[in-house]
Amino acid sequence: MSSKYLARSSQIAARLLGGEMMIMSPLDSTFFTLNEVATVIWQAADGNTTLDEIVRDHVVPSFDVDPAVAQQDSEEFAYELCRHGILLVSDHPISAATRPESS
Amino acid sequence: MSLMQEMASRAQLLGIPMSAHLDVTYRCNERCVHCYLDHDDNGEMTTAEIKDLLDQLAEAGVFILTFSGGEVFLRRDFLDLVAYARKLQFNVKIKTNAVMIREAEARRLRELAVDGVQISVYSHRAEVHDAITKLPGSFEKTIRAIRFLKSQGLRVTIANVLMKWNMGDHTGVHALADELGVIYTLDPTITPKIDGDMSLLSLRIPGEQLAQVFQIEKLVGNVDEFCAPPKPVQEDDLDAYSCSAGHTLAYISPYGDVYPCVQFPLPSGNVRRQKFSDIWWNSPQLKEVRSISVRDLPVCSTCAHAGACSRCPGLAYMEGNMRGPSTADCEKSFRRTGIPSANMLRRQGQSVPTMPLIQIRPADTTSSIGPMAS
Repeated sequence: MSSKYLARSSQIAARLLGGEMMIMSPLDSTFFTLNEVATVIWQAADGNTTLDEIVRDHVVPSFDVDPAVAQQDSEEFAYELCRHGILLVSDHPISAATRPESS
Repeated sequence: MSLMQEMASRAQLLGIPMSAHLDVTYRCNERCVHCYLDHDDNGEMTTAEIKDLLDQLAEAGVFILTFSGGEVFLRRDFLDLVAYARKLQFNVKIKTNAVMIREAEARRLRELAVDGVQISVYSHRAEVHDAITKLPGSFEKTIRAIRFLKSQGLRVTIANVLMKWNMGDHTGVHALADELGVIYTLDPTITPKIDGDMSLLSLRIPGEQLAQVFQIEKLVGNVDEFCAPPKPVQEDDLDAYSCSAGHTLAYISPYGDVYPCVQFPLPSGNVRRQKFSDIWWNSPQLKEVRSISVRDLPVCSTCAHAGACSRCPGLAYMEGNMRGPSTADCEKSFRRTGIPSANMLRRQGQSVPTMPLIQIRPADTTSSIGPMAS
């Protein structure tokens, strides 16, 4: 998971509220809120950055957290959001045109 | 408390407009007998103006965006506006009569991941529905559109406004919603015209009929619980606000006017002259609305129903005083529980009893009863 590219699904609705990200998946009306660390990962998931780069460049510098712990927690988080279809994961960079959900 | 309710509470604490209701036009292809709008175009915002407004709403923190009208599909740029809103990651909901929705429109709404489409259906009988909309053939077109939307996997809600013309048909509409596999909501509230004209109120169903609706288990769940006398009013009840209007909800008209809610036509600014955030944070009108808790309502704060009343401050405003009672909600509380409201007793010259309160809640997620904006 760590070397995989992450991208936000274009199918979701999202908004920052008081430092936490609200996310609604219209596919199943699942509603999520992300804490500040998860929000940083979410915002950095641009399709061109790998998870380990996100952890190294965004999570570790922003929060007082052990890099190994941050990496493990981030992988679990990414897996969970991927399972709900609101985060896309790929071995290759993900552009808007190549997303499977693109119409 | 659901996660969404938790976030709404947080938004209220932070003063964030979590929801916005944007009417993109007042023009309509139907002429519903109970409609509170006029249908002229008095200078609608352009595509560019609305897109700029959407940018501002996203910046202000709006998450849930409801497009409504008028009939939204009369704007040729409507799907373009929806696409723009979705790029800004709004949770988009649409209110429409659906007459103009065919397969292509339904498919596009699904591609754009619209969260829900609410459609007005007044009767399961075409002749009654068409008589209310004054558009021959509208029932057939609307039901066909619901099938298109469902076939795309969209979440569809039938909104059944109840009035004298159709008060015997709600059971049939509910059965139709079940057959179509869509959510059913019923609203017995007819509102005055947005210009203050009260003539539409004559369409409201008689109170005895309202009491019968409150006895339908499929709508209200446990009837005994729903219709139980109110519980004693607590201090927390008096510190609460009537609703989200002006607190976490804003309404914007097709002309850029900002109100606390579509049912609360208190002019609070115009986005053609000011930035939305400036209006939201600095409007004296919105500040006044936010300053009013139940404790500040001279009559309602003494009412036995104060802790669970569905009091609409907009309807109270249209009756002449935003701190006053909303007689439609007094009627609902009375017909539900048999306990008269403080306002009703005041009018009769009686003293106010202290009675326990209950909460109104839908029976389940596929049907509900309550107020609707349109």
